This record gives sequence, structure tokens and C-alpha cells, in this order.
Amino acid sequence: MAVTTRSKRIKTAYLLLIPGFAWLFFFFFFPLGSLLATSLKRPLGDSPEAGFAYALQFSNYSQAIAEYWPFYVRAFTFAAIATVFCLLLAYPISYYMAFKAKKYKYLMLVLIVAPFFASFLLRTNAWKTILSSEGAVVGFLNFLGVLPQERILSTSFAVILGLIYNFLPFMILPLFISLDKIDKRLLEAAGDLYATGNQRFWKIVWPLSIPGIVSGTILTFIPASGDYINAELLGGISDKMIGNVIQSQFIILRNYPQASALSFTLMAIVLVFLYLYLRKIGTKELL
Amino acid sequence: MAKRKRLEQAPKELLPFLSRRGFLKAAGVTGVAATTVGFSSALAGCSTSSADVVWSNWTAYMDVDDDGNFVTLNKFSEATGLTVEYPEDYSDNDEFWAEVLPLLESGESTGRDIVSPTDWMAARWIKLGYAQELNKANIPNAQNLIPELSNPAFDPGRVYTMPWQSGYGGLGWNKALLQEAIGTSDMTTVDQLFDSRLAGRVVLLSEMRDTMGVVLAWQGADPTNFTSDEFYAAIDFLQSKVDDGHIQNFMGNEYLQPLEQGDLVAVLGWSGDLVQLGEDFGFNLPETRGNLWTDNLLIPVGAANKENAEKLIDWYYQPEIAAELAAWVNYITPVVGAKEAAIEIDPELAENPLIFPTEADLAKTFIFKELTDAEEQEYSSAWQKLLGN
Repeated sequence: MAVTTRSKRIKTAYLLLIPGFAWLFFFFFFPLGSLLATSLKRPLGDSPEAGFAYALQFSNYSQAIAEYWPFYVRAFTFAAIATVFCLLLAYPISYYMAFKAKKYKYLMLVLIVAPFFASFLLRTNAWKTILSSEGAVVGFLNFLGVLPQERILSTSFAVILGLIYNFLPFMILPLFISLDKIDKRLLEAAGDLYATGNQRFWKIVWPLSIPGIVSGTILTFIPASGDYINAELLGGISDKMIGNVIQSQFIILRNYPQASALSFTLMAIVLVFLYLYLRKIGTKELL
Repeated sequence: MAKRKRLEQAPKELLPFLSRRGFLKAAGVTGVAATTVGFSSALAGCSTSSADVVWSNWTAYMDVDDDGNFVTLNKFSEATGLTVEYPEDYSDNDEFWAEVLPLLESGESTGRDIVSPTDWMAARWIKLGYAQELNKANIPNAQNLIPELSNPAFDPGRVYTMPWQSGYGGLGWNKALLQEAIGTSDMTTVDQLFDSRLAGRVVLLSEMRDTMGVVLAWQGADPTNFTSDEFYAAIDFLQSKVDDGHIQNFMGNEYLQPLEQGDLVAVLGWSGDLVQLGEDFGFNLPETRGNLWTDNLLIPVGAANKENAEKLIDWYYQPEIAAELAAWVNYITPVVGAKEAAIEIDPELAENPLIFPTEADLAKTFIFKELTDAEEQEYSSAWQKLLGN
């Protein structure tokens, strides 16, 4: 009796897994395999229209890395800076929302999510107007004389600013959730035991918010390192990230093997980063 | 090649994002649906349309009335009873090509009856056999085509294509800011564009042929027949101007916004764009010549409504219709007799050399060399590197 119930349960579990696995197979493994195969193809002629043949051309990878490694470095640097600033900005906001905002908590949450109702592109483009050299922001900064190039648009600064702006909610939401989950009685108990505010924060709040920090940094860093819109719209010629190279290789030069090799390399590096990061922090923190 | 928009039609803060190529370009790639004004609708790659003819054109390349209706297109529907689907989704030659190529290669219909590639891209469609021969019996007005455009190298005798509009790639500038920077409000040479006093406030076109053509001509090479050494010499020069910060960026239509805002003093830009910006801005062909480009109408293989498409092409070769269109888009019309028809609408319009160029104007232009496949790949790669990609 017990055996049949158990095997039934297992069967149900497997049945429930089917849609998920089917989804993963068709929309993740299959395209990934196709991308990998494309990344090893060789061209059949001078133009992309001549087509590409299946091959094992590993030189696509060495070439891609030899030629474009500075773009990876730039992309990861920009993404890392943006992630750090997102964390610095997001933590106080999330903390306030979780512990202080009380009845305004959900209103704040809505306000943080609200920008998503407008297109990513429109919002990024809006920065072009805000940061215009004739605008108030740049005018004031130039009055103070703090801008080396006397402008913000078409600089690395603008790209990083765009990344921070666009990915900030991805940092705030997981952080808020993990802070909000903290049992407030723990803080009361600590207070009863004469813990100072500082001690309460570093001994209770901070450790318990680490899962939020981990998911927030991952959700921010990964898409930011592959982003190309911010560099395209806000950056200058020497601010292009690896995403811009992949876009131009794919769409303009139609060098599909090169573009695929670049994408695959990007993915591999991100995976290595992720592995090292999680190993250092420990995945149990994510739970 | 170049699109523009009517600035006075919508709040400036909003419309530029909706109509400029930069936005559409990004939108196309990220899969965000680009919505268009009027009765055009978003067109899914290979959907079958219920319209009698489907035409993919660049944005803001059609006369619009205050209510957002496409006037000459509506007249066509009234006159022929044919409905037109007019998605303005031809936002970039390369990107449109990347979108339809898989369909063409697998022998499927692109879902379009007319597409609007620029010369060099039209050449690619024809060379690969993806363009259908036009049946001139359905296009009697084709005889109104101006002789200058009736025999291009990529399509001798206009077997596959008819021109839509032409325009110039040349010098565009903000008059007040130029006066302030170098003491003149007129710009006639490429030397002025590279005047060190404009450092960091100059943007060049991201279309290789437009920028390279102008620079090659300025450096004394012939853009219609240059050598590889000349090409790389021009690239090296531009690279040095990127490195010393003189060139702020390379852009498509997106240069309009910063130019209008006063972030930029001068650009290499498109004639119709600058005309549209109004009196405070200037456009000139450089003394060393500027680029003359043409966007063409072409019927792709697999088009479901070839005959209707030909009727539509014919419609725009009537001088009165061409004049009405030119009055709005400010580009060069390819139709003989449009000038006479334009006098009826507005005599001043007929005098505009950017719409009805004189022999002397055309002598200041060139049509960029046709590149072989190998050259195309090699030069485009070098160009993308210059652009920082």
C-alpha cells in the first residue's frame, strides 16, 4: 500500500516535470546547441550569403578572443561598477522599505516597479535629453568645472549611469524580499540583550540579507555585462561593450560563426564567475 | 538610407524617440514592437496579410496630414480600391536584410510586396536573385523617371527597381553655434568639419558609404572608383580624429536630437533631415562633393500581390502625386514633371534645390562605388572597428 502511494507520487512528480523539461529542451538546450554548432562553422565564400558549413573551426574562438578581449574587459568592468553602485543605492532603499516605510511599503514597491511600464528603450533615450550638454545637469556640473570632457553623453560615465539606472530595480526587489522576511522579533530580542543599533545591523540584518545581496548582484551583473543598449545609446565610440560587438557581427557583418563564438565565450566567462562567486559565498545562502 | 520626421507634428520630447532610426534599430533587435502612426500596423515576419498590397518603408517617408493619415497613399486606395498595409519597419538596411534573409533563403514569402532598399542593398537583392522583374506594362508612368537615375550600375535599364526618393549625404550644422565657434554661419568644406575648434562636437554618419564617400572625395580619391590604399588612408585619418576626441560619435538619424539640443555643432548628415530642422540649421554639399543616394522600390520574390505592387509604384510616378509627396518629405523626387506640378502647390517649393536639384548641384555629388563581396566584407569590418564595435 505504502509502496504504491509512493511510486504514484514519484510518477506525478515526473509528469509535472515534463512541461518544464520540454520548455528547457526546445527553448534552451536546442538553441544553445545550435549556437555552439554555428560558432564552429566555416564560411563557404566571400560573402555571408555564400553560407557557412558545419565544421570544427575552433580558430573562431581564438580569433574572437584575441581580437575582442578588451571588449570583454570593458563589459565586465562596467557591469561590476554598475553592480556595486546598484548595491550601494539599493540597500538603504530596501532597508527603509522593509523596516521603516510601514504602510507606505507597498506604495514604494509599486513606484520602484513603475518604470517597467515604459519601454526600456524610451527610458534610456530619455537620459539623452536629461544629460544633454545644453541641459541643466551638465550645465551645473560644467559650472562647477568637474567634467573633464565637458559633457556626459558619449562617455563611459553615461553608459555606467544608464546601467545603474536600468538595473537598479533588479537589485532592490530581491534585497527587499530578504530584508522583509527578517523576523522583527530577532531585533527586539537583540535590543533586550543590550545590543546597539550597529551590532543589531551587523549581527542580524546583514547576515540575513546576504541571500538577497547574492541574487541581486547576480540579477544585475549578468544582464549588465551582456547589455548593449546603454553603450549604443549613451556611450561614445570607445565605450562599446561586448554586446555591441556581437550585435554588429550578427546583424551588420553577418559573421554568424564569429558572433556565436563571442556569445558562447561571454556565457562561459559569466558561468565561471558565477561558479566562483557562489562557491565563495555558498549556495545555501540563497535559500 | 535616410529617414526623417516632421518635428512640428508632435511634442519634441516624445516624437524623436518614436521616429528616429536609433530607436527603431534598437527596438528591432530587442524585439520590442515598434509602433507606427496612422494606419500602418506592426507586421509579423511571415504573416499573410489581408491587405491588397504590403509595403515596408522607412519611417516618416510618406506625407501625413494633421490627423496622421497618409494622404497620397489614401488617395491611391480611393482611386484603385486596393487596400495598402504600410508598416514603417524598414529601419535599417542591414537589419531589415538580417530579418528577411532566412525567409528568402528557405523560399518563403517575406510577407511584403514592396521593400525599400538603398542602392547598394538593392544591388544585393538583385544579385542574389531575390528581386522580381517589374512588369512595366503595369507601370506606364515609369516613363516619367528622370534620366539621371534610369540606368544605375546595379540595375541597368531599371529592370528590378524604381527609385523612391534620393537625397544627399553632406554637411549639416547649427548656424548659431558655428558662428560662435569659428566665426561663420556657413559651412562649405570638409576642412571646416575637422576644424579643431569643433572638437568633440562633431558626429559623422554611421552608414559607411555616406561618411567614407565624403571623406574619400575630400582626400582627393574618387569615391566611385577608389583603391584599397585610399580607403585605409581615409580610415586611418578618421581613426586619428576618433582618438583625439574630435569625432564624438557615429550615428544614424539619431544625430538629429543632439544637433537640435545644441550638443553638436556640425554633422555629416542627410539633406532632408536638415531641411526639416528649419532656418537655424544649414545643409550644404561639400565643395569636394557629397554622396547622392537613392532608396528604391523593389518587389521581393514570393510577393503575393505583384501586380498591385506595380500599380502602387505607378501611382507615385504621377507628377502631381510625386510633387505632393516631395512637399512633405523634402527629398529629391525622381519624377519628371514633378517640378511643374510643385509650382502649382507652392512656387517656393519648386525653387528648393534640395528637392529639385540643378545640373550644377548634381555635379557636386557622386554615387559610391559598387563593392565586390570580398570588398564589402573587408571594408565593413574595418568600418565597424572604427565605430568602436
